[in-house]
Amino acid sequence: MTQKNMKLKETIFTILMLLMFLGTQAQDSKFFTKDSYAKFYSEAPLENIEAHNEQVQSIIDIAKNDVVISMPITGFTFEKSLMQEHFNENYMESDKFPKAEFQGVYTSATPIDMSKNTTYEVMVKGNLTIHGVTKSISTKGYIKVENNTLIATTTFFVKVADYKIEIPRISFKNIAEEVEVSVELKYQPFKS
Amino acid sequence: MRYFIILAFLLFPVACFAQQDDLMALLNDQVEEPINYAEATFKGSRLINGHTVQTRKSKAFEFLISHRFGRLNAGVYELFGLDGANIRLGFEYGLTDFLTIGLGRNSFEKTYDSFLKFRLLRQSSGRVNVPLSMVYISSAAFKTLKGQEQYTNHVSKLFYTHQLLIARKFGSKLSLQIMPTLIHRNLILEEQGKNDVYAMGVGGRMKITQRISLNSEYYHRLNTVVGDENFNSIAVGVDIETGGHVFQLHLTNSRAMIEKGFITETTGDFFKGDVHFGFNVSRVF
Repeated sequence: MTQKNMKLKETIFTILMLLMFLGTQAQDSKFFTKDSYAKFYSEAPLENIEAHNEQVQSIIDIAKNDVVISMPITGFTFEKSLMQEHFNENYMESDKFPKAEFQGVYTSATPIDMSKNTTYEVMVKGNLTIHGVTKSISTKGYIKVENNTLIATTTFFVKVADYKIEIPRISFKNIAEEVEVSVELKYQPFKS
Repeated sequence: MRYFIILAFLLFPVACFAQQDDLMALLNDQVEEPINYAEATFKGSRLINGHTVQTRKSKAFEFLISHRFGRLNAGVYELFGLDGANIRLGFEYGLTDFLTIGLGRNSFEKTYDSFLKFRLLRQSSGRVNVPLSMVYISSAAFKTLKGQEQYTNHVSKLFYTHQLLIARKFGSKLSLQIMPTLIHRNLILEEQGKNDVYAMGVGGRMKITQRISLNSEYYHRLNTVVGDENFNSIAVGVDIETGGHVFQLHLTNSRAMIEKGFITETTGDFFKGDVHFGFNVSRVF
């Protein structure tokens, strides 16, 4: 075995150790929620439609700036129960596509410091999957540190047609082409 | 060292992507598998003449207008039956998600009807797996038509129906339902044979687009007596759903829109052209 090979092995070993170390470190930097809140709002000439979901799940890793969000489509509740049925049955096809998911990263001017209660403005970027269609999105959000918990909020617009959600012509005046989505995630430290 | 740099560059983006996937897997591990209930097994609360397993959601109110016209084979003189219509007006209300009550008034024999619809099982998959939906219906009908001497008192003008509706939604398009039924008539004519009529109904729907489905329904009477000149009820139709309305257009040999009527008193032979055009319009508030 040559000197060079030995050296390479050593470096690989060091990297692996480093990665493992980082991996264990990351445990404490993860925050988790399973009952956070999301809302969507559609403003159209004939009616405004609003739905609320209190089963939003997410993990955020403040060491790696990663964030994943998942929400069951059937978790959205509407004022009119028939609207909820149509939302699931005709528009979102929630038996085929039960979840909406987001996987992405955020960037913040200063890294998040859990020891101080402050609010950080962040840019979130990643892939949003709705109705089986994945699109990349980016939006502004806020992360607030509050006594070792995190509260992340964001609002963005989703173009219904982008996600192949068909609206029949008869309902054009009832449903907006762009729907406003607001998310409020209340994280607790993650315990595995 | 050179290898290290190359390796680091190669590994770095891979690690980045993998992390988010891992994080999503980790998130999915944290959450219990949800219960996925079968939504909208049928579009309306009626298949055609009879009920479906759909109950109204809590506090939802439904107004149902149904018409059955005369026989198509009555020809041009009767404008293929359109000159004469039987009408039923119905009001239904969801007391809870699993209990619906309803009232109706039929122009035929000026009959009032009421029912109670109770959901026993709700089809679901996921954490809780239930293969079928099951609903029990109990209904009563009361004739108020004057001048029928054979009915001596009020009790004798009453009819009761008990039905078990068992349905399954097979994927998003096909739903099938069977309906074992018992109808009790307080007073009958001698040639009608027995007070109790047992029947088995079968029906289903096939969605052809997201908002349009084809429906069919058949009730087979099990204990018919010799001399009973009624026919089994057959119906085919189409459902069109637009927002809060469901329009149901159909062809059937039955003219009544309540169980005791279409199951035990269908006088038309579907295959000889004794077919009625009809519709149900449902509006849910």
